[in-house]
Amino acid sequence: MNSEQFNDRNIGNDYFLVDIEDYPTDGWGKFKRVIKRTFRGELFVGLWVVMREMIRFDIHTIKYPEEKMPIGPRYRAVHEMKRLWESDTERCIGCGLCEKICISNCIRIDTKIDENSRKEVSEYSINLGRCIFCGYCAEVCPELAITHGGEYENASDQREHFVMYEDMLTPLDKMKAGTQLEFEGFGAITPHEDERVKKTPLAY
Amino acid sequence: METAYLIETVIKIVVILLIFSALAGIGTYFERKVLAFMQRRLGPTNVGPYGLLQVAADGVKLFTKEDIVPSNVVGRIFKIAPVITAATAFMAAAAIPFLPSFTLFGYEVHPIVADINIGILYILGIMGIGLYGPLLGGMASANKFSLLSAARGAAVFISYEVVTGLSILAPIMMVGSLSLIDFNDYQIDNGWIMFAQPVAFILFWIAAFAETGRTPFHLIANDHEIIDGFGTEYSGMRWGLFFIGEYANMFFISFVIPLIFLGGYGDGSLFGALALLGKVAFFFFFFLWTRAAWPDVRPDQLMWLCWKVLMPIAVINIVITGIVMM
Repeated sequence: MNSEQFNDRNIGNDYFLVDIEDYPTDGWGKFKRVIKRTFRGELFVGLWVVMREMIRFDIHTIKYPEEKMPIGPRYRAVHEMKRLWESDTERCIGCGLCEKICISNCIRIDTKIDENSRKEVSEYSINLGRCIFCGYCAEVCPELAITHGGEYENASDQREHFVMYEDMLTPLDKMKAGTQLEFEGFGAITPHEDERVKKTPLAY
Repeated sequence: METAYLIETVIKIVVILLIFSALAGIGTYFERKVLAFMQRRLGPTNVGPYGLLQVAADGVKLFTKEDIVPSNVVGRIFKIAPVITAATAFMAAAAIPFLPSFTLFGYEVHPIVADINIGILYILGIMGIGLYGPLLGGMASANKFSLLSAARGAAVFISYEVVTGLSILAPIMMVGSLSLIDFNDYQIDNGWIMFAQPVAFILFWIAAFAETGRTPFHLIANDHEIIDGFGTEYSGMRWGLFFIGEYANMFFISFVIPLIFLGGYGDGSLFGALALLGKVAFFFFFFLWTRAAWPDVRPDQLMWLCWKVLMPIAVINIVITGIVMM
């Protein structure tokens, strides 16, 4: 491939220098400039532009509480805990990485060994008053269990606003309906990952 | 003086006061809506259908707000200043014929409070006195922004009174009377004065913007430079009086311009009356239109425009009119 066009620092041929007239020094020159500016009709251009917009009635207002802007899938709002698609059980394995990586120390996790001698989350809370929504917890999670959701209306009348494990967990009925949304931000599997997967270097 | 005349005049005054106080409120609604549409917004929508009751909500808010008189102000002057603005605005309405005379229940009504033979002089004089509202309010406020605004207000008003007076002199020479009704009747036979005196028309129109302090010359209360100017220290209904005065002034000027230059209500038929209201609506709309479209000028530019451009043009216009009339 020829890189010549990229080395050409002359940015196109349709660029031109704006022709700026010299500032008038004598009275006659100033007078001529005033006359020119007065009768150029720029004021009427302004009037026409706003009138055109009024007639076109292309309103950009979003009536916020009733209407909402769509937010991007990578938006980082209040956390969610996902369930496994196969068995509807919780994805969280209680590894505690999210608590470790949290830079504002807002995640608190406690685990215990249950009757099947599996690790189980007994306590899990996020202090949203401290959380800076950096997304590290979702990125570090090996099971894609803790993710960010789209719920950004979390104004509260107190500074400490905790969200508990049960509140973040995808409800079972939603899971049964198959409407759990995967998070597409950091840590998530990129689309078409199967086609792009390669051998690890160790295999060579 | 007859009792019937007295009663009639009092009723007229009350009606004008009520209608134009209400119109001032509705004027703010239209201003918000028109500006919003021109800027691709919606304006007030939540209070009442299409946000129409926003005016009432604003009124309740203004009336119930605490009336604060700051500690360092000159109390009496501070308190009287908004009243001057609102009162002079409504006093100027006394000599304006709002509609042609009509018959109501067999009684002929002249919708003008006092057809005095110096009508225009009276209107311009009273509107000039309106200057004392911002001037005294700004000077008494003990606030540097208010003081700046008062100084600007005095400079602007004095400059533009000159242009207003001189530009309107040529039509007065043609008509030979100062009564607005005579102006109207003159234009029935001789066509609109706007076509005979286009320069005077444009000058008076420009001066009307300075007179009412609307956008190209809004520097008396320019939000981004001097906060709210003379209104900075005011709260509640005192500030509301300034507001009512400003909007009433806009409406009255919108009546005066068509009456002097655009044929007024014509021969007094229903069509003529509706045409006058249409012209008034256009001029009021134009005040809002320019606010959406045009930037403000600096005080020095305004002085330059007034004293070096508009005033000489007005004088030349008078001279040419005089030569033609001879």
